[in-house]
Amino acid sequence: MKVFLSNQGNLRNFKSFTESLDLSNLDKLEITTHDKWVTVHPANLVLVAALAINIGKDKTDIIGKVPETGRYLDRMGLYNLTKTPSPFVYKKKEEAGRFLPIKVIRDAESQSRFITDMIPLLHLSEKNATVVKYIIGELARNVLEHSFAKDGAIVAAQYFKKTNRVSIGICDTGIGIWRSMRNSWRPRTDIDAIKLALTPGITGTTRKEGGTSENAGAGLFFVKSIAKITRNYFVIYSGSAEYTLLKYDKRVKYGPRLYADPNRDHHSETNSSPNFQGTLVAVDISLDETPEFNDLLGSIGEVYHQAIRERKREEYRRPKFI
Amino acid sequence: MKKTIKIKNKTGEFAENKDVAKRLRLDEIMPALLDGKKVILDFKGVVGATQSFIHALISDPIRELKNTAFDNLFYKNANDGVREIISIVYRYMQESLDGSEDKSSE
Repeated sequence: MKVFLSNQGNLRNFKSFTESLDLSNLDKLEITTHDKWVTVHPANLVLVAALAINIGKDKTDIIGKVPETGRYLDRMGLYNLTKTPSPFVYKKKEEAGRFLPIKVIRDAESQSRFITDMIPLLHLSEKNATVVKYIIGELARNVLEHSFAKDGAIVAAQYFKKTNRVSIGICDTGIGIWRSMRNSWRPRTDIDAIKLALTPGITGTTRKEGGTSENAGAGLFFVKSIAKITRNYFVIYSGSAEYTLLKYDKRVKYGPRLYADPNRDHHSETNSSPNFQGTLVAVDISLDETPEFNDLLGSIGEVYHQAIRERKREEYRRPKFI
Repeated sequence: MKKTIKIKNKTGEFAENKDVAKRLRLDEIMPALLDGKKVILDFKGVVGATQSFIHALISDPIRELKNTAFDNLFYKNANDGVREIISIVYRYMQESLDGSEDKSSE
């Protein structure tokens, strides 16, 4: 496998990143970087980290010239997952207020510990910390519950002071969304499976409205909606499919409208990316654009409720006019 | 008769662990409701909760016990965000319950 970390690592360019992946030859992982400047989003990092953890440290190398900006890879813990020693010598700065390096969450207890101990390191206000906790709580739980990933959920986050934005990536090398949705919904393709998973009220565990005692099919829809309301990107990559919620134009006077159907959102999609055995979800949250959390939830909940109502209406028996 | 469950003691200040929600539901909430008790879920000190947590906590009592759950479940000291999530779960559970018996018998 080969992964190239470019100088344009952000969610807007995530499709270019996935297109450049070579996920053949599962015997080794070679990581290369742009030779002059490397920029990575937590999404890029957790995907590489997940592959490295899955294949093993002894089979993972960072090769070629890594520019000075590559020290960020070291700070985020990527070198620890490879057999390549870090070439960077520097005084490690305190992590607080900036980033959460790559962490592995293997069970519910370690998820709770991560949320309790790590999120405060971002030094966000209580309102913004709640949003980040919410997103990581839902996404990590999805991995633990649905992915059957032996390595758990790999998480990283970065706070960008200049743009007052938090970027989060979470990845696993489990069964992927298509297999998770297969029994209940029989999606044809990976992109169909992703869209089902994004649809409110649809869970891989049942076809019953209201879900099961444990699942309601709301987690991903809520996270995507938080990204949309805060006018940001949301990416989901699994199998050979990638769905990217595109940024809502700030020049549009009225706020973004939420839709139950992910096809109605301004997005890009492909079903021909290199086949990734697992799932990656990444999101950017602009903290300046984040409304009060209960207002945010209220808007999302209304669309969720409406979606269930409309789906039930579609199933009503029709009169037989002859 | 009433039973009070202090959520923060089980979850910490952010309620997201669905395993905890499941244990509370199975070991404390359902038995108490079936015993005819009023159940008070006290969210004092809880700053936030995920929809998944609240769903795992109360959707089954609503689905299984319907009016018994609606009449006997009470929520204390829930902040606006937690209230909103509880309300969301109430709305969609009632929507999904409505007529579901008819559909399953078809």
